[in-house]
Amino acid sequence: MWTFVSPKIVFGEDALDELLSVPIRRALIVTDRTIRELGLIEPIADRLGKIGATWEVFDGVRPDPDVPTVLAGADAARSFEPDWILGIGGGSPLDAAKAIWVLYERPDLQPGEINPFIDLGLRKRARLITVPTTSGTGADVTWAIVLTDPVEKRKMGLGNRENVADIALVDPSMAAGMPPRLTADTGLDALTHAIEGFICTWHTDMTDGLCVHAAGEILQYLLRAVEDGSDLEARTRMHHAATVAGLGFGNAMASIAHAMGHALGSTFEIPHGRAVALALPYTLEFAARETSDRAAVLAARLAISAKPGEAGTRALAAAVRGLISNVGNPGSIAEAGISREAFDGALDKLVSDAENDTQMITAPRSPSSEELRALFTTAYDGNAVSF
Amino acid sequence: MSFRFPSNEWIVELSRLLNESPSYESSAKDWEGDFVFVVEPDDGFAETAYLYLGLRHGKSTGGALLAAPDERPTEYRISAPFGVWRKVIEGELDPIQGMMMRKLKLDGNLMKIMRYPKAAKEIVSCCADVPTMWPGN
Ligand SMILES: [Zn+2]
Repeated sequence: MWTFVSPKIVFGEDALDELLSVPIRRALIVTDRTIRELGLIEPIADRLGKIGATWEVFDGVRPDPDVPTVLAGADAARSFEPDWILGIGGGSPLDAAKAIWVLYERPDLQPGEINPFIDLGLRKRARLITVPTTSGTGADVTWAIVLTDPVEKRKMGLGNRENVADIALVDPSMAAGMPPRLTADTGLDALTHAIEGFICTWHTDMTDGLCVHAAGEILQYLLRAVEDGSDLEARTRMHHAATVAGLGFGNAMASIAHAMGHALGSTFEIPHGRAVALALPYTLEFAARETSDRAAVLAARLAISAKPGEAGTRALAAAVRGLISNVGNPGSIAEAGISREAFDGALDKLVSDAENDTQMITAPRSPSSEELRALFTTAYDGNAVSF
Repeated sequence: MSFRFPSNEWIVELSRLLNESPSYESSAKDWEGDFVFVVEPDDGFAETAYLYLGLRHGKSTGGALLAAPDERPTEYRISAPFGVWRKVIEGELDPIQGMMMRKLKLDGNLMKIMRYPKAAKEIVSCCADVPTMWPGN
């Protein structure tokens, strides 16, 4: 027995108009300052105005939100008393909005206590709408909440199925202004979700098709969206694919590339999508050496290779490496600008953070500490995995 | 030789296997916190059993079948019907998925346990390595 959760998803051109038919009285908008400065709150505020709703903005979310940030947001919610919370932004504001909503409903909880094993009893005070402004995280439809522990500089994987949004407004116009680098980083995050959602040990019949579809779309359209931001077809396909990948991996899990990527991200401040995609080909090759044929199955479904086992997996890894390189992203930790000295100094922490990351639970092949160390070193140098 | 589940011998064997596992030791090197596994009755097993497992700094300090759950105070308690435990031990049910579906119930500080996913996985894999005999077989 297993479940699949999803918000009501309103997508495509003018998806924001759905707001006109939601009974909102008081909306707390959770976002970051960049989104506000880009004017992306206005189309939301316009529509809230039309339905006579009052709204307030909490724009204190920083990249990789931490515990103090969501506590401050929950305070803002308690004093404003919204009946809807609107998360607008990339993964950070959306994850923060989920956490703020939970803490507003459940002031007895600490952020670190938001886990999938308890009953939260949400939706007594407010409901949640998510509006993604990047095409990558899938956080608009997932229940996961990633918060950074500011003391240990480590990412905590939190969340509970109940805190999935009620409504996701997936309007491509909200992401149409992304600069090329952000388009590449976030798009590669979505690709990593699609692939890890498919190969992880928690994949199901309900998630496989979503992951295959999203991976195919991203392999086809990401380069176009990066090269020409005005290519609206590519933008729209990427925006939808990111949400589809979110539904896929969000109802399964991610895997080793996310565990390694979280460690790289919190240690070296490499953007999330850049970090996880960088790790992905190495982890695929590592898994295929011993256990899983899943990556080869995916390669076959994507018409990348019909070969089973390691050969098919290496073909998929090569396709990922090709896309990473074509969009101008780093294919190794060295290429990401990390000096050998800094890498060597951080290696123990990288290994221990990655092996204690919740995404490691669903790895198709569980690396030992030594193997994880070797994976990081191989990913630093950019070599193929041979162990 | 095989060990009947649930029994004193079975949990002692699990404790012994954990102490032979270098990957458990490295993944749980800072861990402090003992467990009681509560085996609740169902169609396959008519009684309630309490299995104590002591865990400290990457080693198991021992295992024992308890007469009552509070015979030794522990930080954690995981409760599930016998049939669910059997699925976990036979590798058919991921216990973390089981907890998400409320098939296993955990009492204790979950925030702490979530920091040691690899150690949890190692314990489950040691469970699968105990040659187990089931009631009725
Ligand atoms: Zn991701």
